[in-house]
Amino acid sequence: MLLDTAAARVGPVDADAVVLANRRLSADYHVLALAAPEVAARTQPGQFVMLKPSRGLDPLLRRPFSVFEILRDAAGAPTGISILGKIVGAGTALLYALDAGERISVLGPLGRPFTEAPADQPVWFVAGGVGLAPFATMAEACLARGLQPTLFYGARRAADLHYADWFRGRGVDVRLATEDGSAGARGFVTAPLGDALAALAPGSAPSIYVCGPTPMMRAVAELAARHGHDAEVSLEQTMGCGMGGCYSCVVPVIQPGRAPHFVRSCLAGPTFKASTLAWEGLAH
Amino acid sequence: MSGAASSRDLSVGIGSLTLRNPLIAASGCFGYGVEYGQTVDLRTLGAVCVKGLFLNEREGHAPPRIVETPAGMLNAIGLQGVGVHRFVKETLPELRALGATTIVNVCGTTIDEYAEVSRILSDAEGVAAIELNISCPNIKEGGIQFGCSLPAAHEVVAAVRKATPLPLIPKLTPNVTDVASFARAAEDAGADAVSLVNTFLAMAIDIETRTPKLTNGMGGLSGPAIRPIAVRMVYECAQAVRIPIVGMGGIATAEDVVEFLIAGATAVQVGTANFVDPFIWPKLLDGLTAYMDRHGIARVTDLVGTVRTKGAKAPQPSCPQPAGS
Repeated sequence: MLLDTAAARVGPVDADAVVLANRRLSADYHVLALAAPEVAARTQPGQFVMLKPSRGLDPLLRRPFSVFEILRDAAGAPTGISILGKIVGAGTALLYALDAGERISVLGPLGRPFTEAPADQPVWFVAGGVGLAPFATMAEACLARGLQPTLFYGARRAADLHYADWFRGRGVDVRLATEDGSAGARGFVTAPLGDALAALAPGSAPSIYVCGPTPMMRAVAELAARHGHDAEVSLEQTMGCGMGGCYSCVVPVIQPGRAPHFVRSCLAGPTFKASTLAWEGLAH
Repeated sequence: MSGAASSRDLSVGIGSLTLRNPLIAASGCFGYGVEYGQTVDLRTLGAVCVKGLFLNEREGHAPPRIVETPAGMLNAIGLQGVGVHRFVKETLPELRALGATTIVNVCGTTIDEYAEVSRILSDAEGVAAIELNISCPNIKEGGIQFGCSLPAAHEVVAAVRKATPLPLIPKLTPNVTDVASFARAAEDAGADAVSLVNTFLAMAIDIETRTPKLTNGMGGLSGPAIRPIAVRMVYECAQAVRIPIVGMGGIATAEDVVEFLIAGATAVQVGTANFVDPFIWPKLLDGLTAYMDRHGIARVTDLVGTVRTKGAKAPQPSCPQPAGS
């Protein structure tokens, strides 16, 4: 079996999903809620979906998004998913413009989920901006197991921090950082994280999950490593298909005694142990 | 499916190989086939053409490897691959178990390597045909250097012909002035069919940084944007050779499949559209059979090369043929 296909032997579904709501959080952030019960029922924390922004040929390809929330009915049955989106180009602008009642193709769930956190150690999420996305499902999974996660959440300014209350309301300890100091600690998210690492009891081994811009994830991974801890990162690469067909989303992983080896982040990831990555060779 | 299904014949022949239908997953767009074992019943495809294989593993180019363009995409993957030995050992048994008809895209940096990889595949169980990649625009050695020179194309096809009894399908590049002459060279050298088109060498530039959007600088354009050029080239080759043509280039619907068949393709490959919709295969097959029913066509081969040019101005070759050619 090929190195990076071992995890991906359950196929996705393609749902022609109705847009339930498209909540614009700001001029560029939004939460897109989609009716896709089968995708929702099968999604595990850390997995992603491929959305097709255009019904036509331009833009042609789908875009990968972490599943943000699993939507449920009053009885708790999964009815759909939401994605946390941010406008970065033509495709994401089309998604931002969708209205309730429109339809969109949702392919998923895809990719390797986060590994489960051990029950007897701290669980930390470290999010940068739209990198908050995979932590809603991960928080719910942890809380359901009786764990008490901490969310370290950074952005440029207070206005870019969304859904902090969603996490607080569910019992997650939220620690904020903004580059301009308009909310939480001034500076990068590594500031409150560094404080927490320094304050850890001896022998404590937190499970650290990270999602955000690549330089931020690298900085967090290096900070954690300096304290003797690995981290698990959720990478976002330019992705053609999400299925392992195109080999475009590759990331370099370390091979002892050899040059790094490219693996497909859609199959081997998007979640990776930070210590396995050759960070200097990552795109972005 | 209508009741007419039993009277329809979708099978097509490529040399000694009979495909159950003309739909082939294109090399480089379908991984090694096994990645799609959960989304597509591989037995329902005419064939799966797996990602190009050299003798040894290759890492390919540094990302970003793709960029979108209007109705298309550029890629410069650089033929990352597991090498023929690991493919035969690890992947081929799985493809056999999935019931796939497997065509292997063979790469090389030298003629000897093309021949050696083909020999190894001929000895393996479960390879239906060889597609000879003399057309990849993204690597420095091999590939397109054979596909852009008529003597070199003839030489490599003839050498591989000696090395394998399997149906041999050189894959042609559109990045030449007269693609039909390359189809003729392949036919003369003993090819059972030719497939075309590989991607069009192309470039996209980030105007803010003034750097190419792909790490490799240039890449190959695929997708619906190239389809009319591909149809023209398939038509030109169909006029030039007697061997079957496997047509491809931007096919995204059943109507596109039919267009390539009418232009002269016996079978077609679908690549980029599979990225957008991995569930496209039954849709293409249903659309093709619906077209056949609508037009009273019992055998799909009855469509091949049936473009009606009589009465209209006959299409001209893309470049004037020298006397005696």
